[in-house]
Amino acid sequence: MAGSEKIVFCTGGGCTAKLGAGVLSRILEKLPRGEQDPNLLVGYDSKDDAAVYRITDELAFVQTVDFFPPMVDDPYTFGQIAAANALSDIYAMGGEVKTALNLVCFPESMDLNVLGEILRGGAEKVAEAGGSLAGGHSIADTGVKYGLSVTGLVDPRRMTANDTGRPGDKLLLTKALGVGLICTANRVGEAAPDQMEGAIRSMTTLNKTAAEIAHKYEVHAATDVTGFSFLGHLHEMMGDKLSCVIDAHAVPVLPGAWEAADACLYTAAGQRNRNHTGPFVRFENVPFPMEEILFDPQTSGGLLLAAAPQDAAALEQELRAAGLPAAIVGEILEKQTTEITVNY
Amino acid sequence: MLKVDARGDACPLPVVKAKKAIAELNGAGEVEVLVDNEIAVQNLTKMAQQKGYASKAEKLAEREYRVLFTVGDAPAEAEEAPVCAPDARTDTVVVIASDQMGDGAEELGKTLLKAFVFSLTQQDKLPKTILFYNGGAHLTCEGSPMLEDLKALEAEGVEIVTCGTCLNFYGLTEKLQVGTVTNMYVIAEKMLNAGNVVKP
Repeated sequence: MAGSEKIVFCTGGGCTAKLGAGVLSRILEKLPRGEQDPNLLVGYDSKDDAAVYRITDELAFVQTVDFFPPMVDDPYTFGQIAAANALSDIYAMGGEVKTALNLVCFPESMDLNVLGEILRGGAEKVAEAGGSLAGGHSIADTGVKYGLSVTGLVDPRRMTANDTGRPGDKLLLTKALGVGLICTANRVGEAAPDQMEGAIRSMTTLNKTAAEIAHKYEVHAATDVTGFSFLGHLHEMMGDKLSCVIDAHAVPVLPGAWEAADACLYTAAGQRNRNHTGPFVRFENVPFPMEEILFDPQTSGGLLLAAAPQDAAALEQELRAAGLPAAIVGEILEKQTTEITVNY
Repeated sequence: MLKVDARGDACPLPVVKAKKAIAELNGAGEVEVLVDNEIAVQNLTKMAQQKGYASKAEKLAEREYRVLFTVGDAPAEAEEAPVCAPDARTDTVVVIASDQMGDGAEELGKTLLKAFVFSLTQQDKLPKTILFYNGGAHLTCEGSPMLEDLKALEAEGVEIVTCGTCLNFYGLTEKLQVGTVTNMYVIAEKMLNAGNVVKP
């Protein structure tokens, strides 16, 4: 039965396979940009992962692409996770998913039923997002990789860039952290089955509900937490012009993540995140495992929202009522010497 | 001494293998781990710090690094296990803000600074911390002429810290070879709390 086929494991799956932000930005800086198109509202100049192009004053399209190697054994689950992760960039911009195209790398020697299962998982998530799967592209390669190119629509007056938060805004996180650590622990046989199930449940959850609820409130900025970790994406959100304070006790953490960090099951991507973002962060009495969780690369992580202070509590409550482990985790401040202060 | 060859292994396998070898020591001893990338070295060093083992890292060749763990007799899992070396450190902080020592000919300035750092390794009283910022940030990174001396100082318990903003500015973030990265708050705090600040 196809469902029992296992994917041959690669060295580091999901968003732990991302290139480091430091290496990447040096290369991107040197790319020719061409003519500035005034309708390109979000492009290279921003550190957002999606592009937004204005068609009319009320309508813009959001475009994004994401793919990676497997981080779980089961191909169907992997397909769901990769799709949820790719769709997430549309939600982070406050958009609606419209069309998606499959991106596939697959070894010729491998059982095609495995590919069928991956695509089935992906297609189900696109359908759940309310989008249409409209085609795709596949390449014979040594290892499995899967993801989507997604296009959505957004009202440009209501889109949420990642660096438009304001001092006084409350920071909300809509999913618990730690999937990178738990998947890594699982790979070396040190995660309990229910811990891995918790991580999978989190990774296969679309950010659709969170985005729809956030849309009802005054939210000034949003991003999704993925490979660069909670602190890495928070750093992008500060955009050199804001600072913030985080209460590490309030940050939701998946069961098993702390144990994995305490057992020193560090990922390479987590350490690259620490090297890149660490200099912007001051930890106040934060236990080391919690530091690692805050630097942990997330696959299909939650949304990080900057909400107006008067709306934050109600937003948190409605997100929780919808079954999300959402929490107010900090506050944006005027720019200070230390960009990110984490208290415990 | 136990030897672990973790070249070709992706994180966290080098740490997992090192932990297993340390457990096999069943007490005091040394474990040598070979890895092929700097990030693995950093993760092994992080594990040593968390578990209270002394560790020393060196680059043997391109894509070949050695991390040596020294495990003491004391139960190593103790939370705040101090590194068990006689404390020859003072509360002096050395600040290296340039890749040269003094004003004058550049070539001479660089030679002098290298000699200064070497001379530090020969002192009975070692500084507590060496801070590197601005032009000094190049000296803890790939291509620095004094990496061996700095690693020797670090192995003696001297804290080697480099300004992260400076590493970012010079595009050196991925090139750091010795010590840790810090921010201006910590740099200011270390300088204010120092008994002496020495600036060559």
